[in-house]
Amino acid sequence: MNESLPTRRLVRRLLFVVVGMFGFGFLLVPIYDVMCQAFGINGKTAGAYTGSQSADAARAVRVQFLATNAAGMRWEFGPLADQLSVHPGASQEIRFVAYNPTDKPMTAQAIPSVSPSRAAAYFHKTECFCFTQQVLQPGERIEMPVRFIVDRDLPADVHNLTLAYTLFDITSRQPPVAVNATSAPAKESLQ
Amino acid sequence: MSAVIDDHGHAAHDHHHGPAKGLSRWLLTTNHKDIGSMYLWFSFCAFLLGGSMAMVIRAELFQPGLQIVQPEFFNQMTTMHGLIMVFGAVMPAFVGLANWMIPLMIGAPDMALPRMNNFSFWLLPAAFGLLVRTLFMEGGGPNFGWTFYAPLSTTYAPESVTFFIFAIHLMGISSIMGAINVVATVLNLRAPGMTLMKMPLFVWTWLITAFLLIAVMPVLAGVVTMMLMDIHFGTSFFSAAGGGDPVLFQHVFWFFGHPEVYIMILPAFGAVSSIIPAFSRKPLFGYTSMVYATGAIAFLSFIVWAHHMFTVGIPLTGELFFMYATMLIAVPTGVKVFNWVSTMWRGSLTFEAPMLFAVAFVILFSIGGFSGLMLAIAPADFQYHDTYFVVAHFHYVLVPGAIFGIFASAYYWLPKWTGHMYDETLAKLHFWMSFIGMNLAFFPMHFVGLAGMPRRIPDYNMMFANFNMVSSVGAFMFGATQLLFLFIVIKCIRGGVPAPAKPWDGAEGLEWSVPSPAPYHTFQTPPDMSDVHEHRKGTGGELTP
Repeated sequence: MNESLPTRRLVRRLLFVVVGMFGFGFLLVPIYDVMCQAFGINGKTAGAYTGSQSADAARAVRVQFLATNAAGMRWEFGPLADQLSVHPGASQEIRFVAYNPTDKPMTAQAIPSVSPSRAAAYFHKTECFCFTQQVLQPGERIEMPVRFIVDRDLPADVHNLTLAYTLFDITSRQPPVAVNATSAPAKESLQ
Repeated sequence: MSAVIDDHGHAAHDHHHGPAKGLSRWLLTTNHKDIGSMYLWFSFCAFLLGGSMAMVIRAELFQPGLQIVQPEFFNQMTTMHGLIMVFGAVMPAFVGLANWMIPLMIGAPDMALPRMNNFSFWLLPAAFGLLVRTLFMEGGGPNFGWTFYAPLSTTYAPESVTFFIFAIHLMGISSIMGAINVVATVLNLRAPGMTLMKMPLFVWTWLITAFLLIAVMPVLAGVVTMMLMDIHFGTSFFSAAGGGDPVLFQHVFWFFGHPEVYIMILPAFGAVSSIIPAFSRKPLFGYTSMVYATGAIAFLSFIVWAHHMFTVGIPLTGELFFMYATMLIAVPTGVKVFNWVSTMWRGSLTFEAPMLFAVAFVILFSIGGFSGLMLAIAPADFQYHDTYFVVAHFHYVLVPGAIFGIFASAYYWLPKWTGHMYDETLAKLHFWMSFIGMNLAFFPMHFVGLAGMPRRIPDYNMMFANFNMVSSVGAFMFGATQLLFLFIVIKCIRGGVPAPAKPWDGAEGLEWSVPSPAPYHTFQTPPDMSDVHEHRKGTGGELTP
C-alpha cells in the first residue's frame, strides 16, 4: 500500500516500454525491407548486380515484360518487345519507351516487380532505368535500356518470369530541372 | 476476509468526503467509481452511435441496388461503425469495468494513478469529437475501412484524414495511460495476502490485456504517424513511387491489430470466468490453467498477424507458419471453453440474465472461433478473404463475445453499482431479443460470404437478396433491443428492490464484501487476505463438487 516509489519506478519502466514500442513500429520499416530483399518477398528485386555468369545454353526461360502507369500518370510507357526467351546466366537487354505527351516537363520513377515472387531473388538487373529518375521535356520521347541476367540457380520448375514496371509521376516530389533525361543526375537510387 | 468499510458517519473530520456536487464532480473526479461510470456511459453512447451507423448499413443492404445512401457515404458508415465500435464502445467499456471492479476485487482504495485516470477518460470525448466531426467536413469522413489500408488512407484519402490520425493518437494515449494505471494498480495495490494466484480471473485477464495495450498501442500510434508524414511531410513509407511499400502498412497495422482483437476479448473471458461459477454455485474449474491459457493467447497474438494478409503474396513458408501459429490459438482457447463447460457440469445452475449472457457467450464465441479456424486455413482463405464470411466471423466473436461479455458483467455488477436489483423479466427479454436478433443478423452472413458476397460494398447480386433481408431484420431487432437495455439500466439506477451486499449466492470475491451500492470510498483500510487459500486449490480439480 502507498509504495509511491515502486509505483513511480514501475510507471517509468512502463513508459519506457511504450516509447520503445513506438520506436519498434518504425524499426519494422527497415526490418521489412531487409526481409523483402533477403527472401525476395513481394517481388522486390535487389539493386544493381555487378557479377557475371556463363550462359546455360541448355535451358531457356521466357521473360515477359509489363508496363503500367500508376493512377494519374499520363506518359506513354511500354517495352519494345512483349517477351524474350533467354538462357539463364546470359546477359540480355530490353528497351522500354517513354513519351511525355503533356506540355510540361515531368519527372517519373519506375518501380520494378518480379513474379513469381520466389523468382525475384534470381533476377539480376545490371543496368536499369529504374535505378534513376527520368525527366522528360514536353513531347520528348526516350528509349530506356534494362540489362539483366536470369540466375543459373533459378529453380528448375520456373519457366516463365514477369518483369513488371509501374511508372509513377513524382513531378511534385522532384521538380524537373534538367533539359534532357540522359543528363539528369540520379538524386536517389532505388533498387 | 472481513473487509473494513468506512461508513460515511465518521469521515467528516478528515479529508475524505463524498462526491463533490454538480458538474465539477465529473470533470475533476479522481474516484475510480466515478471514472468507471463515466467510461461505461461513454461506451454506451458510442455503442448507440456506432450501432445507428450499422442500422444505416443494414438499411441500405436490405435490398439489392442503391436505395438510401450513396456509396461514398456507405463507405464512411462502414469505416466509422468499425472505428467507433472498436475504439469507442468495446475498449472503453472494459476500461470502465476495470476502473469499477479491479480496486474492489483486489481490496485497493482506488486506482494507483487517479489523476492520470481522470485525464485518460477525458481524452476520449476529445478524440471521438474529432473523429465524428469529420463526417460533417467537406469531402466527408474516413472512408477507407476501419483497417485504413494505405494508399486508400494516404494517397486517396479525404482531407479529413488528418483529424482521423489525431483522433487515433489521442485515443491511443488514453488507452496506454489506462493500461499503465491497471498494471500499477494490480501490481502495487493488492491487499496484504492477495497473491497473484488469488486474484479473480477478471483482474488476471485485465493485467495481461494491459500489457498487450502497452505493447501494441504505440505501434498503432507509429503507423498513423507514418501516414501523417506520408500525407504532409513528403515521406514515402507506404508510397511505392518513393520507394515505400503499401504492404508494409498492412504488416505494421496488423502487428497492432491482431493483439488488439485479444484486447477486446480477454477482459470478457475474465468476467465470464467470474459469472459462470457464481451461477453454477461451484468454484471455477481449472483456475491455474485459465491463467496460463490467457498468457498463451496473449503471446500467440504477437506471431499470427499475417493471417489477415494471406492474399498479398507472402512466401509459402510464411503462409504455413502463420497458418499453424493461428490454429495453435485454438488450443488455449479450447482450454478455456473446456473449463467453463466443466464449471457448469453438475453445478446447481440458475439462469439469471448474467448467466444467460455468459452461457450464450461460451456457445456463440465458440462458433466465431470455429469460423476463425476456417479462415486460418491459408488456401481456403483465398476464397473467404474480404467476403461476408469474414464479417460473420468477427461479428460472432465481437458481438456475442465482447458485447455479451459486457452485458453479462453489467447485469452481474449492476446491483453493486446502483444498490438496486435490475428488472429480471426485462433483462431476460433483453437477452432473448439480443440473442435472436444477433443470430438472425450474423448467421446468414456465413452463407452469403461463402457464396462470394464481398464486404464493404453497398450493392449486391440478386441471389443474396433473401439472406440480406433476414440479416437486416435481425440487425434492426438487435439494435432496437439495446434501447431496452438503456431503459433497464436507468430503471435500476432510479429504484428497485434494494440489493444486499451479495445478491448472488454463489458469487465469490472481495467486491461482495462491501455494501450495495458500493460506498464512494472503499477499502481505505485494506482487507487481510493472508488466511484465504490460494485460488481454490484442491477444490478446482474435481469435476464433482
